[in-house]
Amino acid sequence: MTPALFSLTVFGFSLFAGTVGSLLGIGGGLLIVPFLTLALGVDIRYAIGASIVSVIATSSGAAAGYVRERLTNIRVAMFLEVATTAGAITGAFTAALVGGKWLFLLFGTIIAYSAVSMLLKMLPRAKPMRGMPPDRLSDVLGLHGSYYDEAEGGEVSYKVTRAPLGFALMYCAGVSSGLLGIGSGALKVPALDLGMRLPIKVSTATSNFMIGVTAAASAGVYFARGDIDPFVAAPVAAGVVMGAFFGSKLLKHIRASVIRVMFVAVLLWISWQMFSKGLA
Amino acid sequence: MNPDPPVQAPSVAAGVRGIGLEIVISELLRWGVIASTSLIVVGMAVTFLRHPDYFQSTEALQRLTSPDRAPHSLEDVLTGLRDVRGTAIEMVGLLSLIALPVARVAFSLVVFATRKDRRFVWLSGMVLGLLTLSFLLGRAE
Repeated sequence: MTPALFSLTVFGFSLFAGTVGSLLGIGGGLLIVPFLTLALGVDIRYAIGASIVSVIATSSGAAAGYVRERLTNIRVAMFLEVATTAGAITGAFTAALVGGKWLFLLFGTIIAYSAVSMLLKMLPRAKPMRGMPPDRLSDVLGLHGSYYDEAEGGEVSYKVTRAPLGFALMYCAGVSSGLLGIGSGALKVPALDLGMRLPIKVSTATSNFMIGVTAAASAGVYFARGDIDPFVAAPVAAGVVMGAFFGSKLLKHIRASVIRVMFVAVLLWISWQMFSKGLA
Repeated sequence: MNPDPPVQAPSVAAGVRGIGLEIVISELLRWGVIASTSLIVVGMAVTFLRHPDYFQSTEALQRLTSPDRAPHSLEDVLTGLRDVRGTAIEMVGLLSLIALPVARVAFSLVVFATRKDRRFVWLSGMVLGLLTLSFLLGRAE
């Protein structure tokens, strides 16, 4: 394969990954790393380095829209980013210590988990439980908020709870992000939604907002270590950004639930491939 | 990259939290992504214009994706820029993408400071400190 063909292939796939990612609300990272390593034989360190930059790009692009719509709870995000960045640095360092074999196995596990949680998202949501435990930390930091809900046609106020639990969970999400070069939205959204009881739309927007900063912390480590190879990372970043833009335009015209089922199957297959590579 | 959201009723909470922060962060992120991606695309074009052999040679790929050739430091990137190397331009684009969330945190810190929100000045300061630490620790390795 010539460098030109390599760049074109990587760009083309990243365009696809960015489009599908923004349609399904997952980052491109889950697809990029397996493609680069399994199909093109790129060193997993470079694959992760390229992926982490594309994660920042998609997060920032989507966050621009969410923040403007005031869906993002910036205070909750800032508070939890202390945990996610600390976790990301831990993860990025651990990645250098554990071998490629373990990275493949871990990656396989996270993909399988993401696939299952995507499937569960399609089930009807349980009614929110009454009687939220009061949380002093959330009160002190003034984390409670409100947002304009189009479906409800008005301002919806919400209270935040269990801030310490959310903080602990975010540290774990940060570790997984730094270790594998992914956004870990599949871990962040449940922590906000089920753990801290933010409304689902606010959870999604806030998770997305935090992903950029989390990824920047690990990207710093990866860059300084020389794991961000521009020859691999450039076509990935350009492709994913353009793909995410297409995806956001497409989103209005197609029903994401149709492709979601298909996609769960694809993810499970990729997960199996990563496992086999790790066990080989 | 999202399309413009529909015009909305002014949020009550926004009045309390201040409207400026959201709009400025949104614009910073939007234009930051556009500018960085443009740089990356220009860098890719320069790379292939300067290396016509990349269209034929298969062994060049080996070299380009082999471990330990990526620029490790800002000095490497600056030297490459002076020589108008495509990969250096790509790297500036990639680094400015990485810097976007950092700039967002720094900007929030300033806004929290002007509002005399001391707890959040501390929190943003800690995030900024951790981000700086990530660069320093990676280098020291």
